[in-house]
Amino acid sequence: MFFTYLRRELRRRVRQAVFIALGLALGIGLVITVVAASSGVQNSQSAVLHALYGVGTDVTVTEPPAQGSNVGTTFDFTQEIKNIKTGAIAAGTKIDINNLATEQYGLLSSGALAKVARQPGVTSAVGGLALTDLTVNGTVPQISLGQGAGSFRSSFTTTTFNVDGVDASSTALGPLSSGKITSGSTLTSADADADDAVVDSGYAAQNKLSTGGTIDVGGSNFKIIGIVAAPQGGSPPDVYIPLARAQSIGKNGSASLAGEIDTIYVTAGSAANIPSVQKEIAALLPSATVTDSSDLASEVTGSLSSASSLANNLGRWLSVAVLVAAFLLASLLTMAAVARRVREFGTLKALGWPSRRIVGQVMGESIAIGIAGAVVGVGLGYGGAALIDKLAPKLSATVGSSNAASVSGPGRALGTAGSSALKALTSSSHTVSVTLTAPVTLDLIFVAVVLAIAGGLIAGVFGGWRAARLRPAAALARVE
Amino acid sequence: MYKLSGVVKKYRKGGAVVTALQGVDLVIEDGEWLAIQGPTGHGKSTLLQIIGGLDRPTSGMVEFDGTDLARMPERQVTKVRARSIGFIFQTFNLIPTLSAAENVEVALVPLKVGAADRKARAEQALTDVGLGDRLRHLPSELSGGQQQRVATARALVKEPTVLLADEPTGNLDEGTRDEIIGLLEKLWQSRGLTMVVVTHDSIVASRAQRQGLLRDGRLAVTQAPGRPSPSQ
Repeated sequence: MFFTYLRRELRRRVRQAVFIALGLALGIGLVITVVAASSGVQNSQSAVLHALYGVGTDVTVTEPPAQGSNVGTTFDFTQEIKNIKTGAIAAGTKIDINNLATEQYGLLSSGALAKVARQPGVTSAVGGLALTDLTVNGTVPQISLGQGAGSFRSSFTTTTFNVDGVDASSTALGPLSSGKITSGSTLTSADADADDAVVDSGYAAQNKLSTGGTIDVGGSNFKIIGIVAAPQGGSPPDVYIPLARAQSIGKNGSASLAGEIDTIYVTAGSAANIPSVQKEIAALLPSATVTDSSDLASEVTGSLSSASSLANNLGRWLSVAVLVAAFLLASLLTMAAVARRVREFGTLKALGWPSRRIVGQVMGESIAIGIAGAVVGVGLGYGGAALIDKLAPKLSATVGSSNAASVSGPGRALGTAGSSALKALTSSSHTVSVTLTAPVTLDLIFVAVVLAIAGGLIAGVFGGWRAARLRPAAALARVE
Repeated sequence: MYKLSGVVKKYRKGGAVVTALQGVDLVIEDGEWLAIQGPTGHGKSTLLQIIGGLDRPTSGMVEFDGTDLARMPERQVTKVRARSIGFIFQTFNLIPTLSAAENVEVALVPLKVGAADRKARAEQALTDVGLGDRLRHLPSELSGGQQQRVATARALVKEPTVLLADEPTGNLDEGTRDEIIGLLEKLWQSRGLTMVVVTHDSIVASRAQRQGLLRDGRLAVTQAPGRPSPSQ
């Protein structure tokens, strides 16, 4: 009798039941879509952080560049023009410079790596060098009076690419850790002193490089032993070479980089240890910058950050508001439906139906509507998430600011008198692009279904309460 | 069966207090048919509802088989109604979404009768009132007389000891009225029911053993000539 009565009653007021179910469905659908989008944004953020930070790296230690260092300065060829005018360099001189030098960080003191590795809570620590390979080719032009830097610069071809010196015995930590080898193999301890290189897949495709080929790094020919694909959103270096070789052929200004590093990658024993490890290292190296992935996360700007804010704030409150409105609407309409059935319930009470049986009937009808709302809502939520996946909007994440890399050494070829460093004409970019997805998990579906049924239950409680309060005599006296 | 002593019913209407019943004393014997007449608004339906436990008196006693319904907890009164008291209403009060058979089954639900047994008893009850061929019809597909037959079957399917009918022929034409009252009389006789019928129709009231006149909340009962009460 319960299900027969329930079915027939819902069929009698099908329009109202559909209206309530759709209201609940809209709320549930919005909750699913917003939560899925929020998860997608979080996944994108994690991917960006992993790509920028490296999988397995908990803490990164760098040294800010020394004051007055070449980092951040720009070159305008003014000195070179003067050298030509004074005859220090003759017009027609061919220039072919290949320089591998430190980029944006200062050098960490020797022994810093060993000290960090000994800290309690540190599982492993490896060093690295972030370098830029700069090649300048051209012929020194004839400079006439009034001619500016533009015409001087246009006489030269400049190419740059980023090179990371990595600890070949421990590539599971550091910049190579987040990539996936798609061809050949990665660096191993056997390559520690070899002229072997692993090339980023994007750079390889652009420059038609492949495993087995060679690449000129800092004037030395390196054999390409593997191609690595960085995760989406990453801003990887173009080439990876063994740290020892990077230290050997790289320069910091005019000084050698033998035994030097500019980055330490640290793995902590557990996520709970990270803050204490960070603190210990900061105390050990007071002038160093010690960051973990959450520090990087807080610096991420761009549309990814905006999307995260949108999903977490506006999205969350919007879906809560719609859900509350749907619950209220369901409750009001259920109470109205009970009001229209007052005589019917009075008759049932006269026939000996206890109040709890009548209340149970009302709640059953509401829960049935809630279940219908859940089914449609899950469909709507899936549709919303699928739409986001299909549109696959690209979001950008920017970390830090552009820097001009410094290069020293080539200035000597242009003349020693007053020579200045020849700077790279590109800046390093930390803006990465990720595609937004909206994953829908079983847990999310479960929570959404529970919410919809809860909505039906709340409506049923209000309606049932009204039905339970009816006095039979008063109910039977009601004119319909 | 029933003994009402000093039953008073007052209720508020607007700012005023209305006295629907003013100290009603009444004894209804087992198997008796009592008709209660009176002008509209003088407390007939109120008295019937108090007899049936649908309402409580402001003061007084309503003894039913030795138990005072007026002081019984609501849950227990509901159980008494479920087991022992059948109701027939002027407006039939059938559930519009349930068929004739399902409407009759509704009366057996509080008694926790199994589904198969419920179905069988409902079908038999409808057959007894001459509607064996209308089991699956909805109330909207039945005439007024047929709907009142369904209501009668619903009232009697649980084999109550008391049948209370509030203007059972009020919404019916003369011919149908005679049919229904004839049916009620037949069932009263065959089942030994105690029956109380509220009616404004003298022809209906004349069929009863005793007639009560309720005017201004006061009841005066007379014996119908030639229709002795069970104790006589």
